[in-house]
Amino acid sequence: MRLAPDPVLATVAAPVDPCAASTVELAADLLATMRASLGCVGLAAPQVGVAARVFCLDVTGHRKARSCAGPVVVVNPQLLLAEDPEQAREGCLSVPDLTGDVLRARRVVLRGAVPGSGAPVELVADAFEARAVLHELDHLDGKLFLDRVAGAHSVFTRKRYL
Amino acid sequence: MTPLAVTVLGVDRPGIVAAVTGVLDQLGGNLEDSASSILRGQFAMTLIVSAPVDAEQVRARLAPVAEALDLTLAVRPVPPVTSHPGTGSSFVLSVHGADKPGIVAAVAGLLADRRGNITSLSTRVAGELYVLVAEVELPAGVAMADLTAALDRLAAELGVRASLHAADADLI
Repeated sequence: MRLAPDPVLATVAAPVDPCAASTVELAADLLATMRASLGCVGLAAPQVGVAARVFCLDVTGHRKARSCAGPVVVVNPQLLLAEDPEQAREGCLSVPDLTGDVLRARRVVLRGAVPGSGAPVELVADAFEARAVLHELDHLDGKLFLDRVAGAHSVFTRKRYL
Repeated sequence: MTPLAVTVLGVDRPGIVAAVTGVLDQLGGNLEDSASSILRGQFAMTLIVSAPVDAEQVRARLAPVAEALDLTLAVRPVPPVTSHPGTGSSFVLSVHGADKPGIVAAVAGLLADRRGNITSLSTRVAGELYVLVAEVELPAGVAMADLTAALDRLAAELGVRASLHAADADLI
């Protein structure tokens, strides 16, 4: 797992061929890493050191989730809609010691490709899943939640129970 | 009544706010705005209080409390309206990267050169990561593209990342 201030987290990631073997391998790696990380609901390729436009997501069982697509990997995602902003506190595995209050859309529509087949996929998400989508999309643009916090007193030291 | 600004700094412990505001209450003071923070166990508080007594009297009555709780204390009169004339627009500036001396001074210098006013500042060190978040009021008509480019250049020199976004209040 790459942690800030690793430069790869501040890099705009490049589109990749969804059918390439390396993309399929990356997708599997993202899912496995997400599964292995306690409380992790999404992971973008830059977080594992690859500046590629790929992320995975799984909000299954999360108390703030409403829509839930289950485990998904999206290649070259494009945001088609983001509406109804709401402020909430979020954290990031790549910034393990801090959290922040960030305004994000509560409803999003996303289009991308499935790794392997390259088939188009559309994801309609709301509530926590929408927030997770936008957080992961930011990673692909080299942005962290720190770049979006509401104000100077909106960054907090994370309480760690481990 | 001239409002007074009371500032207090000391090692955090239970009872500081109670002791200080208790004295102000006994003096017939009325608390207006206040803010506090704790950084590395240091508690800092600023209180704006209107009271029927002057700064010297407040200082004298607070002295025993400051002594007992080992607080650094200051009391000074403030003009009734000291708020900055908010002519500009508000922005949130985030800077993050590897910790090194001089990040705040360099960023603040760049903003000051353009008559940007930092209205709120917070920085955090989390391991190797340094995070600065500032709320900045920029004068009306400031060249945003120019400022963003200058910030990017400075960030590249410092080896950090800087981003600026408008602090829009969403009306509901």
